[in-house]
Amino acid sequence: MELESIYTDLILEHSQSSHNKRHLDHADWCERGHNPSCGDDILLELKWKDNIVEEAAFTGSGCAISQASTSMMIDLINGKSVEEAKHLADTFLAMIKKIITEDSDLEVLEDAMAFKNISNMPARVKCAVLAWHTLNEALKNKKSE
Amino acid sequence: MKNFDLNSIRKDFPTLFQSVNGKPLVYLDNAATTHKPQVVLDAISDYYRNFNANPHRGAHYLGVTATDMYENARETVQKFVNAKSTREIIFTKNASEALNLIAYSYGMSLIEEGDEIVICISEHHSNIVPWQQVAKHKKATLKYLYINPSFTLDMDEVYSKITDKTKLVSIAQMSNVLGTIYPVKEIAEYAHGMGAKIVVDAAQSIPHMKVDVQDINADFMVFSGHKMLGPMGIGVLYGKEELLEMMPPFLMGGDMIEYVEEQSTTYAQLPQKFEAGTPNVGGAVGLAAAIGYLKELGIEEIHKHERKLTSYALSRLKELPYVKVYGPEQLDQRGAVISFHMDGCHPHDVASIVDTYGVALRAGHHCAQPLMKYLQAPATSRVSFYFYNTINEVDILIDSLKQVRKWLGHGA
Repeated sequence: MELESIYTDLILEHSQSSHNKRHLDHADWCERGHNPSCGDDILLELKWKDNIVEEAAFTGSGCAISQASTSMMIDLINGKSVEEAKHLADTFLAMIKKIITEDSDLEVLEDAMAFKNISNMPARVKCAVLAWHTLNEALKNKKSE
Repeated sequence: MKNFDLNSIRKDFPTLFQSVNGKPLVYLDNAATTHKPQVVLDAISDYYRNFNANPHRGAHYLGVTATDMYENARETVQKFVNAKSTREIIFTKNASEALNLIAYSYGMSLIEEGDEIVICISEHHSNIVPWQQVAKHKKATLKYLYINPSFTLDMDEVYSKITDKTKLVSIAQMSNVLGTIYPVKEIAEYAHGMGAKIVVDAAQSIPHMKVDVQDINADFMVFSGHKMLGPMGIGVLYGKEELLEMMPPFLMGGDMIEYVEEQSTTYAQLPQKFEAGTPNVGGAVGLAAAIGYLKELGIEEIHKHERKLTSYALSRLKELPYVKVYGPEQLDQRGAVISFHMDGCHPHDVASIVDTYGVALRAGHHCAQPLMKYLQAPATSRVSFYFYNTINEVDILIDSLKQVRKWLGHGA
């Protein structure tokens, strides 16, 4: 396993950056994501404007990979429609499972493409996907509203 | 007694000699499970290759031999823990099953509304969750002994929490997170004075120190084979004979019965009463071989070497200003388990990164979530030694921890 392909500068930067790490003043939806076996625990907060993710943020604790993945996801979904956000989450999860492998199909994920090789580190896959599964749960609830 | 020659001891363990990520394996996760010496692997293989029959049944040669091997293993365990009789030794799947057996059989039938069960905050989930269930079903109260800021237990805490309402105290002799060794003999004496019974969870202690159930005066004691060189899937429950006699069976089925009528059954004598179904003979034989190996090495020699490793590791960790150790500083109050947190480095990143240097350590809550909450630590990294670890391996650990800081962008 090449550590360089996981602990990249980009991922470290995101894991230490706090620009998405806060509570929203009036969140419309809070979704908790938790990896019980390792303790990564995030609270994803979302504010809708009609069908648009107007603002997203998170709090919680976890490893560099879970924190970076959450932060990158939030950068990506801010201002996107519910459908677009859902599509991004599905694309990310398909990338991790190596269902989508072409870089050109993954470009929509922007910085989050950095996790493309996480499956080389099987023990850490659940850290990388936590935020995206949490987002999917939140979106499910938005749809059923 | 064997001469404690580390090089020749290590050669007894085939799994230790392998590369992980191109580096020699440095296995520091012995509190999770230990590696197996060749004699244990041979004993298991010999049983399945040459004997392999269902014990306690039938009169054929293999069946009789399998029964003898299984019962000889029981006698080995009895002597190892200094129980009075083999009727006091019940084979289980592991320490967790043994604790469940006590909770469901003793707890559910003998604990009543308003009674108290006392455990320690540093218990493993296996010594928490079954008691929560008993307390819930019997409307009893589950109380915790809290540790002090030095990660040890004050006897005053014991005196104030164990009362005449306490029916049962269940405590690990050594914490799998902190390494703290608790004074179970003193606790047992006080608990008995209050009319309570005591369960000693020796899963972490018995691989490293002499555990004498009569000396401790434990009412019950449990441990797992795989944490002391034995195979997975075999564990032990020790119980005082008079207590086991009055307890109802835990699992029902073959091998634990005397007479079965259409609507009723009488149960077999101890220890069969608590061993329903075909037992793990290969596991018991492997465990007996493991005990034989430990005895030959000498538990005192093991303790001495592990103390040296722990002392050295603690002093080397102290050199790193960003490391905080969760556990007692005094060597006589602790075993060879060291939990720590590295500032700015999540334990999972630590574990993944040191793995690339061949170092196996554990990260997470170590099946002790209430303790982690009490310590206000979301997770820790943990190294745990066994007698086959070397001082050089501690140095490799420290070097790889320094690399973790670099990888995570904190400089050296």
